[in-house]
Amino acid sequence: MMPSNLLQIAAPELILAIGALALLVLGAFRGNRSTLLVSILAGLVLIGAAAAAAVAPLGPIFRGGFVSDEVSRFSKVAIYLMSSVALLLGERWLNRLRAGQFEYPVLILLAALGMGMMVSAGDLISLYIGVELQSLALYVLTAFRRDDGKASEAALKYFVLGALSSGILLYGASLIYGFAGSTRFVDIAHAVHTTAAPVVLIGLVFLACGLAFKVSAAPFHMWTPDVYEGAPTPVVAFIAAAPKLAAMVLFARALLEGFPDAIDQWRQVIMTIALISMAVGALAGLVQKNLKRLLAYSSILNIGYALMALSTGTQLGLQAMLVFMVLYMIDSTGAFATLAALSRDGKPMETVGDFAGLSQERPTLAIVLTVLSLSLLGLPPLSGFWGKFYVFKAALAAGQWQIAVFGLVASVPAAFYYLRIIKTMWFDAPAGRTDTPAPDAQAVAVAAGLWSLPLVLVGLAFLDPLAALAARAFGLS
Amino acid sequence: MDKQLLLIIFLSSPLLGALIAGLSGRRIGDKASMAVTTGLLFLSCALAWNTFYQVTWGSWSERFTVELLPFINVGDFQSAWSIRVDTLSAVMGIVVTTVSALVHLYSWGYMSDDPDKPRFFAYLSLFTFAMLMLVNAADFMQLFFGWEGVGLASYLLIGFWFKKPTAGAAAIKAFVVNRVGDFGFALGIMTVFWMFHTIRFETLFPLIAAKAGTTWHFAAWNFSALDLAGFFLFIGAMGKSAQFFLHTWLPDAMEGPTPVSALIHAATMVTAGVYMVCLLSPLYEYAPNARGVIILIGAVTSLFAATVGMMQNDIKRVIAYSTCSQLGYMFFAAGVGAYQSAMFHLFTHAFFKALLFLGAGSVIHAMHHEQDMRKMGGLWKYIKITFVAMTIGNIAITGLGIPFVDWGFAGFYSKDSMLGVAFAAGATQPLGYFAWVVGVFVAGLTSYYSWRLAFFTFNGHARWGHDAHDAHGHDDHASHAQVETHGEPDAGHDDHGHGHGDHKPHESPWTMLVPLIVLSIGAIASGFAFVHYFVGSGQEAFWKGAIFTGANNHVLEQSEHLPVWVGLAPLTAAILGLLVAAYVYLWREGLGAKLAARGGPLYTFFYNKWYFDELYQVVFVNGAKALGDVFWKQGDQKTIDGLGPNGVSWLMGQFGKGLGRLQTGYIYTYAFVMLIGVAGLVTFALMAWVR
Repeated sequence: MMPSNLLQIAAPELILAIGALALLVLGAFRGNRSTLLVSILAGLVLIGAAAAAAVAPLGPIFRGGFVSDEVSRFSKVAIYLMSSVALLLGERWLNRLRAGQFEYPVLILLAALGMGMMVSAGDLISLYIGVELQSLALYVLTAFRRDDGKASEAALKYFVLGALSSGILLYGASLIYGFAGSTRFVDIAHAVHTTAAPVVLIGLVFLACGLAFKVSAAPFHMWTPDVYEGAPTPVVAFIAAAPKLAAMVLFARALLEGFPDAIDQWRQVIMTIALISMAVGALAGLVQKNLKRLLAYSSILNIGYALMALSTGTQLGLQAMLVFMVLYMIDSTGAFATLAALSRDGKPMETVGDFAGLSQERPTLAIVLTVLSLSLLGLPPLSGFWGKFYVFKAALAAGQWQIAVFGLVASVPAAFYYLRIIKTMWFDAPAGRTDTPAPDAQAVAVAAGLWSLPLVLVGLAFLDPLAALAARAFGLS
Repeated sequence: MDKQLLLIIFLSSPLLGALIAGLSGRRIGDKASMAVTTGLLFLSCALAWNTFYQVTWGSWSERFTVELLPFINVGDFQSAWSIRVDTLSAVMGIVVTTVSALVHLYSWGYMSDDPDKPRFFAYLSLFTFAMLMLVNAADFMQLFFGWEGVGLASYLLIGFWFKKPTAGAAAIKAFVVNRVGDFGFALGIMTVFWMFHTIRFETLFPLIAAKAGTTWHFAAWNFSALDLAGFFLFIGAMGKSAQFFLHTWLPDAMEGPTPVSALIHAATMVTAGVYMVCLLSPLYEYAPNARGVIILIGAVTSLFAATVGMMQNDIKRVIAYSTCSQLGYMFFAAGVGAYQSAMFHLFTHAFFKALLFLGAGSVIHAMHHEQDMRKMGGLWKYIKITFVAMTIGNIAITGLGIPFVDWGFAGFYSKDSMLGVAFAAGATQPLGYFAWVVGVFVAGLTSYYSWRLAFFTFNGHARWGHDAHDAHGHDDHASHAQVETHGEPDAGHDDHGHGHGDHKPHESPWTMLVPLIVLSIGAIASGFAFVHYFVGSGQEAFWKGAIFTGANNHVLEQSEHLPVWVGLAPLTAAILGLLVAAYVYLWREGLGAKLAARGGPLYTFFYNKWYFDELYQVVFVNGAKALGDVFWKQGDQKTIDGLGPNGVSWLMGQFGKGLGRLQTGYIYTYAFVMLIGVAGLVTFALMAWVR
């Protein structure tokens, strides 16, 4: 059965797909002269897609392969807007390095399309298609600076390991299909409800491992530091934000729609992954000198928190995860925007030592980075605190105080490396002159900083009910 | 006027003076601050005498308490700022305010060269206020407040010349030693509160009799509860009144200006311990063992301090040890149950000891801040009034008088009374005889060192000529084994237009002489004027129950009917001491110096204060440092920091490095880790589910 409003439901993705193809043609004909035009149009396409997603009707289409519900609406708006920020950051940044090409916006559009598919995936096939579409676009984006050895190496690692994870994911999917006789989550849930044989659960573990790779949860995180270090900074800002949310939502949908009756079984797996992620993220970050690697471990740690929220399997937990991810995306994008804004003699500043005494020369950016670090650290009343607050509240409400305590303990060593950045910026002797910051990146950074401190207090008033509404979509308690 | 208002003015005017001089002294100037504090103190003094008169002979014959404000109200722990009025507080009130007022006046002259006069007067007034709070307390909490307040003022005044390192050290020493005593005091208060659920004297005292004989079982011993409380409280008194073991701070406190020594370290604060024991007579009457300790400590202190005082060369230190010794007398008198005698000696002692101190101050002033008696001599010609006053003080402290006629200076009555009761108590409490023997012996020693001081200073040849005075101050005998009190700063003296070598000692200004004269009158007359009321047949009407005497306690009456030789013994000892002092320092002048130079073992032992400072240095200071070192290095740095913050951060760094090492950069490592992860999770999941 096909609902009559099929086009409306699929409108955001259709806009993205058509937009991407059209811009590709435009670029192909006009060459790199059209980069700016393509970028602007791509931005408009993304905003249009976000608007379409916000008003898209609800319901499953394509025999349940594509689902539109409150969660997908919420996530799509967030994802598309964050993608447009990445577009803004990247276009100018690449231009400054004389590496600007019209493919960049197109690739962002394709990645966004993949993410849209992921959050709306209603069966294992669309799940895989969404993941692969998004991943392939990201592989290419990572290697966008083909002349950069580090970037190429990072992209290759990312690609090979991504392929491995896709294999794992597909193997899990095949086990599940073999058991349930269907790829649709609803049918799988029905089959699991009747009998939960170990084989389907093994398939579930494989599926979870594949998805854990996409969210860079430990022990499937190994690619993260290398890719973050090697890839162009705006691309990292992109990878670190929107795809994580998409993958987390997909994770939640697969588990909560596909295996609602096996919650006690998968909860332990997710919790284990969360614990390992938090431990690795907190401890390995301590010895990092490169700020992008450090932020990579920070993202592993934060994914640990998000998984902690997911492992509750409650509506409160899902809401916490959504709020946490949105707040984290903004902090993380702001931090990478600061990195993108700063350079010394035309070279990006990446090590912690590069930031010594930054407060004297670039007070604005130093303040922004200080605020964002404190926010990532979880200091009240900054946004990072509220994210963690939701997560811990959900974990405690679900009676999982042990993991909440572990999360609190893990934030102690993490505090060290965030504070070290602040200390370096404010109390160390300046490391030398820096170039004038890029205005666009600085604007993004300042906006993220402002959100982190005063605006979040207002923003939460809107974010909270929206996330609550979205969390209700899965019909959890 | 309303008596309540009078009392409030009486209590608050020193505080007002302290606030005015302390907070705005720089703005209103030296003269104004001095005038305000001194004026208010004289007002307070007049009101104190009025209170005393009203309580003793006037219309306030009933004991009463004026409650001013609530202080701490928690459950049974009820405390209020209040003014307790009875004979005890009235006696103490006149002692405190009279001496304080005279010391204020005296300081006009004595401190005339000091640049910080407002601060000094503010401290003096603050001390007086705290002391009055202590004296008029109606519960333990206010008593403790006053107790700590006088401690603070004492600390501030000892360290008044804070630029002298020795003064700072002495102030800290006084503070620290008093902390030890205060710890015991606080324990005592807690014991009392735990036992009786009240800290108000009024409600507490009637409850005590019922608890007599109660014991507490603790660690295989049965402790008499009241004895324990009494003992703890006495530890507080020991600290404040510089009794044996906790006496070490008092001689060093002489680093403060001399008026301070007269007010705080002779007449008032150091007697607070005696006052407290007398105030708590209802408790101590039921705590015979605690009283035994008091007798013992009191007697030993009097002996110890007298022996040390004999050998000192610093004029103020001699008087300081004399004070310590006299306080020992008061304690054993209180210990045998004659609180009246203790209070009587406290009263008379305040006059003659303040007189001696202020007289010494006058000498020091005359000698341009020289305190070493070896550099004095023959001074009587130059400072005749001081000489007369000091002689009166000496007669009073040594207790000279005419027996049978029963007439003498102040000390004659009070000391006789104390020794008499000690002897009388010997019949039931053997320690009484011990105290009496020690007391008589010490009376001889007291006489010796007091007259030694007088002859050394005023008679004989002048030893302060050109030669002796080349190097001003004490640097020239720095080689002595013992650190003496260091000279007071004499800023301004050089402006007088004469060098150090050729000046003559000069008599002090009238502001300093008037207090000497007034106190001389007190030293002469306070004995015979009040003996009838304090310890004589009029005592019950005088005290009006402010001091409680147990049913079996008749030492005071018995002391009236002692053998004649008992009464004559102290006087004989005093005369002997006088004769020895005269022989050594008058008739065979120079003999004392020779004896000192020979330095026999007994001399060395006494001269070095029984090596108490050295002992404490080794046991407590070095011991505490060693213990602290162990806790610091082994405990804190190695154990707590090592296993705690540093260890954990090290461990985390190691983990981080390990994880970093795993991050080889090779794809096969990464893939391997991922596959291990998958395998591990599947295994874990299966194990969890099968279970």
